[in-house]
Amino acid sequence: MSDQAKNPPRDYLKPPMTEVGVLGWLRSNLFNTWYNSLLTVLVALLLWQLAPPFLKWAFFDSAWNTAPEVCYESEGACWSVVSKNINFIIFGFFPDGQQWRPGLSMLLLLGLVFYSRDRNHWRRSLGVYWLIGLSVMGTLMYGGVFGMPVVETAQWSGLPLTFMLSFFGMVAAYPLGVLLALGRRSRMPAIKSLCVIYIELIRGVPLISLLFMSSIMFPLFLPEGVTIDKVLRAQAAIILFTAAYIAEVVRGGLQAMPRGQFEAADALGLTYNQTMRLIILPQALKIVIPPTVGILLSAFKDTSLVVIIALYDVLKTTKVSLSNPKWTGFSTEAYIFLAVLYFICCYAMSSYSRRLEKELHTGH
Amino acid sequence: MKITRVVILMVGLVLVLGGVSHAGKDLDAVLKKGFIQTGVNGGVFGFGMPDEKGVWRGLDVDTARAVAAAVFGDASKVKFTPLTAQQRFTALQSGEIDLLTRNATRTLSRETQLGLNFVTVNYYDGQGFMVPKALGVKSARELDGATICVLPGTTTEQNAADFFRSNNMKWKPVVIESTTELAKTFFAGRCDVLTSDRSQLAGTRAIAPKPKDYVLLPEVISKEPLAPAVRHGDDQWRDIVDFSVLAMINAEELGITSKNVDQMLKSKDPVVQRFLGVVEGNGKALGLDEKWAYNIIKQVGNYGEVFERNVGVNTTLGLERGLNALWTKGGLMYSPPFK
Repeated sequence: MSDQAKNPPRDYLKPPMTEVGVLGWLRSNLFNTWYNSLLTVLVALLLWQLAPPFLKWAFFDSAWNTAPEVCYESEGACWSVVSKNINFIIFGFFPDGQQWRPGLSMLLLLGLVFYSRDRNHWRRSLGVYWLIGLSVMGTLMYGGVFGMPVVETAQWSGLPLTFMLSFFGMVAAYPLGVLLALGRRSRMPAIKSLCVIYIELIRGVPLISLLFMSSIMFPLFLPEGVTIDKVLRAQAAIILFTAAYIAEVVRGGLQAMPRGQFEAADALGLTYNQTMRLIILPQALKIVIPPTVGILLSAFKDTSLVVIIALYDVLKTTKVSLSNPKWTGFSTEAYIFLAVLYFICCYAMSSYSRRLEKELHTGH
Repeated sequence: MKITRVVILMVGLVLVLGGVSHAGKDLDAVLKKGFIQTGVNGGVFGFGMPDEKGVWRGLDVDTARAVAAAVFGDASKVKFTPLTAQQRFTALQSGEIDLLTRNATRTLSRETQLGLNFVTVNYYDGQGFMVPKALGVKSARELDGATICVLPGTTTEQNAADFFRSNNMKWKPVVIESTTELAKTFFAGRCDVLTSDRSQLAGTRAIAPKPKDYVLLPEVISKEPLAPAVRHGDDQWRDIVDFSVLAMINAEELGITSKNVDQMLKSKDPVVQRFLGVVEGNGKALGLDEKWAYNIIKQVGNYGEVFERNVGVNTTLGLERGLNALWTKGGLMYSPPFK
């Protein structure tokens, strides 16, 4: 009693146990209505059933870097199929002992991309860095100088090939797509119809058929003895395909611009180029960031279709590794590895786009 | 405007059609380049596939190396282009590759309509059946009413259907798209029989949980003579490729291997002397160095060695020689005289 007299009760009550902390969080997020409670219980049951066997398979019983014979005996996952073939899966035909070159190139590319993420770095110097970086990468990959033996493009394969096809696919397709979108809205009938025909033709066929055309039909039309590099042909097909889709997305953005913006630009006496460059495109392109990123993501994943024209991208090198009878039984593990690889790349792209959207947001 | 377009189209068409055949340039082109661009499969173990280090291995790959050894005296002067089944013939027609060694079956229409020259067969394959030993089946004729695992859309499916119809038997196909999944299904016991080319079946058996529990039935229901091919138009190049394959077979007939070829140079046998170029003539006739056959055997080996190294009983595939044994041992491998 005397204690209470010394410390009089505070003038507020503690919230009930069930409303704060872990319990409160559970209540407000997992058990706030009867159907959510039901769902929570069901999901928990499902996890209870599925997670332990999966963890047992993937981690506790698994083999990580063993001979295939060990895997036959074990009950768990055989990650050895990835670790024992990792050189071929990642670098493909790039000669043994030279594989640091594509490795370094990829790091350089990732570094440049990472550096470019920050909008404060978007200055003229950035372009110079990219030019230097790309030429260093090209030199590293092709070789022929500084005692590095020449490695022909036919031997470029695995992850560097995937990165290269998708990176250049995106970088070249984007401006081409913007030009096509502008062309489609042009008042000049020739340009307009050309752009419409191009966009509709390309969008009317699947990427697979374009790749087939580039690798099977196209060589027949070339004069005797002239062959164009296989990688280059596939790259061109991917660029042409992606550009058509980007064009339509950008056109959507252009159409969303109110007429007043154009009229105001006209009233200021700006030329067509100035209007587009200073007023329309910056706004239109910002609007269409989410769908554009969607297209770039699917372009990245679509590069795996080059499998059907026998280019060894990272999916094909994995498949080839699995064709070895020693490893044929462990396709699940290899494909899980690939899925994780693709997920990391795609997730990085989409999270960056969300950040960019937020930074560029100037509305109310 | 319209007429010019038609003309351009026509010229293009003529170029395309005419481009298929041309005269005598293939060998020159190869010699000028300094290597042979070869189309290979890229995904079939034992025949054409890169290993863990990205080095090409296989029976077809070694066949191409033999041609390089004959032409350049160096088996490494060959570059490989992996091709899909659809690409392989176009790549040869368009000149993207000089030689096709990609387990292609020689057929009449391919020789004529596609404008290809197949040379001597380097592997005789054929479709067969594999069953679990426990089934107690000894012949494919006992398979009436069986459930059979088969890849869809291939000649394999059609061959099986033909076989069962002509023998008045019923079968139930279990159709699965991927080879890997097909094998898993078979081993899980969802079908009684697995049908495919016998070389593939052997490979599949090798990855079974207990390979000894499965047997290949003796019947071969289709003919698949797999041969290297070149395009029409350069007979000298065709001869060189043909005799490079034959040289490997001939060497096995004569008992010459990569190990004893140097001693064989001292042989008194005129047949061996002619073959290895000790007595000159063969090389000049083909337009090659007199040591061409010696180089093939020394650097690549005879047919038996190449077979055993890539697909033989001591490899993962574990194939018997069967039809691919020498004619003296009950097979079909036979070389004309080298004189």
